[in-house]
Amino acid sequence: MLEVRALSFGFPGRTIGRDVSFSLAAGESMCVLGPNGGGKTTLFRTILGLLPVKSGEVRLNERPLYLLDRADIARAAGYVPQGHSAYFAFTLLEFVLMGRSARVGAFSSPGRADRAVAERALESLGIAALADKPVTEVSGGERQLALVARALAQEPKLLVMDEPTASLDFGNQVRVLERILALAATGIAILFSSHDPDHAFLGAQRALLLGEGRVLELGAPKAVVRSDTLRRLYGVPVEVIEIQDDRRVCLPSLRR
Amino acid sequence: MNSRALTYGCALGGLLVLVLAAFAVGRYPVSLAEIFHLLQAKVLGRTEGLPANLETVIWQVRGPRVLAALLVGASLAAAGSAYQGMFRNPLVSPDILGVSTGAALGAVLGIFLSKGILLIQLFSFAGGLAAVGLVYGVGSRLRGHDPLLALVLTGVVIGTLLGSCIALLKYLADPYNQLPAITFWLLGSLAAIAPRDLAIAAPLALAGLAPMLLMRWRMNLLALPDDEARALGVDTTKLRLVVVAAATLMTASAVAIGGIIGWVGLLVPHAARLLVGPDFGRLLPLAMLLGAGFLLAVDTLCRTLAAIEVPPGVLTALIGTPFFLWLFALSRRPW
Repeated sequence: MLEVRALSFGFPGRTIGRDVSFSLAAGESMCVLGPNGGGKTTLFRTILGLLPVKSGEVRLNERPLYLLDRADIARAAGYVPQGHSAYFAFTLLEFVLMGRSARVGAFSSPGRADRAVAERALESLGIAALADKPVTEVSGGERQLALVARALAQEPKLLVMDEPTASLDFGNQVRVLERILALAATGIAILFSSHDPDHAFLGAQRALLLGEGRVLELGAPKAVVRSDTLRRLYGVPVEVIEIQDDRRVCLPSLRR
Repeated sequence: MNSRALTYGCALGGLLVLVLAAFAVGRYPVSLAEIFHLLQAKVLGRTEGLPANLETVIWQVRGPRVLAALLVGASLAAAGSAYQGMFRNPLVSPDILGVSTGAALGAVLGIFLSKGILLIQLFSFAGGLAAVGLVYGVGSRLRGHDPLLALVLTGVVIGTLLGSCIALLKYLADPYNQLPAITFWLLGSLAAIAPRDLAIAAPLALAGLAPMLLMRWRMNLLALPDDEARALGVDTTKLRLVVVAAATLMTASAVAIGGIIGWVGLLVPHAARLLVGPDFGRLLPLAMLLGAGFLLAVDTLCRTLAAIEVPPGVLTALIGTPFFLWLFALSRRPW
């Protein structure tokens, strides 16, 4: 589904990360962990073609990114950005319908089938009741869920989520992680980042530890999310504890 | 759904009433019965027996002026609606990229060089297009910045430069002949509209309106942050260029025949958005109806309030300022 080979990424005149390689199959979910400024968002934007590839290659659906136009990419990959500042009072339904733009002709408007897709997306995230509310009037968590719904309305094969849990309360964080697992089970490949290393255990089959733009570790969460790797990644002492079979948690040990 | 239909209905009905009123009132008052008589006679092709004055007033004086007010008002409101969405800011007017300043400089140059009215209009139209072309050309080459911010800042800077050029020409102009003409033009006026002006401006405005109508749904995506719109499959650079070209065509043709009439393009889209929400497909028709009605009402007042013509730009500001503050205080939701 997604293949990244020896990728260097960054902005014009400034390289943020180099030599990143990984691949993601359909139905697989991968969690990217890393400190602030470690290059997670820049990596995601490069994969989505929002920033030019510096060197190396990104392939979506077995096709190199440079051969795809914006609409091709949008049909293959949905993007959930890190929070959204709403400017105008579009209703949640109108907002989610915008996810259909790569499937609607340049001169037409979304039709009944598109509406049904958008409504299903709202439904699946449990915010169907808010369909007619202005996006400017819902809570930050509800807006985050609306962003996920909009990405689902793209009907993508790959979902790229930049800290989808960042502005959510504890309950909504769990709900989004459950949703990630459920979506992966339907065959969508999911690439998401998080600031909470526990999320790698909860929502991903694989974890990628990205520090200073380089891959420190890549593999099954249990194999790569360890005390020593987290300490190297974040620069603070962390314990990874197994609480029962197959359940691990990360606990920072505070220095006093 | 029904309340929305009611909103459009009221706007359309109000506009028709305004049009009739605009034909009726003035230095030579005309009754509604006379207007219908004239219309009937025109349709049936039997114009003999009607007072000659009546035909002149309705057909040659008020008719073009009413149509011009409708055209200019609707054009400015449409361009303002498009820009407010695209710049994600409800306080943006169609002049933000310098179209009015460029058009003003063109017209002032035409007056300064003592050209005829047609050339002055042509200069004005070309000046508006050239100013926006320059702003867009420079602004879109400033890489490494938010593309919208780069455009706005370039617009402000180049607008200021063009403003100084206007000031220079005013300083150099003949204070008895040219300066009053320049001042009059800069305040805007629909008093001297001829049918020929409409025949030129209307097709240009329609050419600008067509892409807006066709892409009315897609326009909404410009209200999203650039990255999001692109990730949803929209080539924002291309779409923005289309919107800028369309809005500039509409504004430049309006300014070329009516001069600079402020506030319409800022206030009307804002009011329309409060009534039907930000969806461009619903916003555009209502904004055009309201813009046409607002400018027609203003222009009718301009020619009836006092013994001399009041410049419409002055009146729109007098009405616009308190109305805008009232709207602002009234609206609890953010746009």
